[in-house]
Amino acid sequence: MLNPEELLRYNRQIRLPEIGETGQEKLKSSKVLVIGAGGLGCPVLQYLTAVGVGTIGIVDFDKVDESNLQRQILYTTDDVGKLKVDCAVRKLTRQNPHVRFITYNLQLTNQNAIDIIKNYDIIVDGTDNYATRYLLNDACVLLDKPWIYGSIHRFEAQVSVFNYFNKNKIKGPTYRCLFPSPPLLELEDNCSEIGVLGVLPGIVGMLQANETIKIIVEIGDVLSGELLLLNALNLQFHTISIERNESSIQATPATESQFKKTAYGQFCNTVTKELKLEVNIEELHRLMAENRENIQLVDVREQNESPQIEELKEINIPLVEIIDKAYNIDRNKKVIIFCKSGVRSAIAIQLLQKKFGMKNLFTLKGGVNEWLKTAKSNT
Amino acid sequence: MNINVLFFGSLADATGKSRLEINNVSDTETLRSKLLRDFPKLEKYKFVIAVCKHVVKANTTLHEGDTVAFLPPFAGG
Repeated sequence: MLNPEELLRYNRQIRLPEIGETGQEKLKSSKVLVIGAGGLGCPVLQYLTAVGVGTIGIVDFDKVDESNLQRQILYTTDDVGKLKVDCAVRKLTRQNPHVRFITYNLQLTNQNAIDIIKNYDIIVDGTDNYATRYLLNDACVLLDKPWIYGSIHRFEAQVSVFNYFNKNKIKGPTYRCLFPSPPLLELEDNCSEIGVLGVLPGIVGMLQANETIKIIVEIGDVLSGELLLLNALNLQFHTISIERNESSIQATPATESQFKKTAYGQFCNTVTKELKLEVNIEELHRLMAENRENIQLVDVREQNESPQIEELKEINIPLVEIIDKAYNIDRNKKVIIFCKSGVRSAIAIQLLQKKFGMKNLFTLKGGVNEWLKTAKSNT
Repeated sequence: MNINVLFFGSLADATGKSRLEINNVSDTETLRSKLLRDFPKLEKYKFVIAVCKHVVKANTTLHEGDTVAFLPPFAGG
């Protein structure tokens, strides 16, 4: 039942005959889980909170970074360094005190996903990597929950609703029906590495919130069995239809114990974050000063990718060519591989180690970004 | 026979094009091989193919004016 304050607050929605008091009550009694409180998660959370979803769960392990602020508009400059889940709940509770928030300050894994997801009706994807998306998909298929997919590449985005009924009331496709297997390696594909325009996750997150509301209130046509592609640069929208594919569904772990044994990181060739073969900027300066001839610098960014640093110029092998052009890498020197932030160089090392067993490779911690930061603070 | 090809996401980055026209390809397999020859970088990517707005998994016959979209997954969020 809605109380008098809620009737007032949600008046403009209740006036819509498609929603009415019944629809508003459905929103109030619904439970939605948002995985990731980043670029997509922020607008999703803000709108689900505003429209009066009764219970909202938030999963995020991260802290607010200054570089998040151009798109993650729940956070302010004062929040830098603080836990995202804490900052988000503080702000969202002020926005709407009628909503109950449950936070999970952790990374979603095959060990904890089932226990968290089973408590919710609908799951919204605000993740930024393939491994978590396959994990999320499989958990949702196991528990029979719809999930609202959103993802971003530079100025482009994809949106869909997986594991939910289509217009003909038939269960629609899953993420695996569209993409049965992940990319060969997680290329420089995330926002922190290749950049993202601040407004794009906002647009996509609002589309995800809209699909969530439609499922809860049971109105309109849900984007199940369809993939929406949008491009912010030319503002073109394409809708592609996707079929449910039984052989892809078969590939999903059939039981909870199988799910808990599935190595999603390995499946997606994800690079382990704790790479020991790392040198920081200070060490690099020292090595270069000691004997420049003993080290080789390999830039694995695209050709002419800016900014170009004069002191670091030696050889350039874009990541996609690293195996084909590995013959350029000196096996007798200390080889320091770098990119913009350290993601691509870590992948390059993993690939080269796997393929050729090279042991003389080191990644430059923080990449060119860190080099520039240090250079700036020294002047 | 003219076929319109659309590249999305990282495929557009790899080929340097978001759309192009291809002549004389009778089905999606021939089109895929031709594009891999023209843009060898594509070999590193996984993608699905949609013909006239429908994802197709098997080799599919193409007709004059068909639009074929090459779709990779996106990671970001």
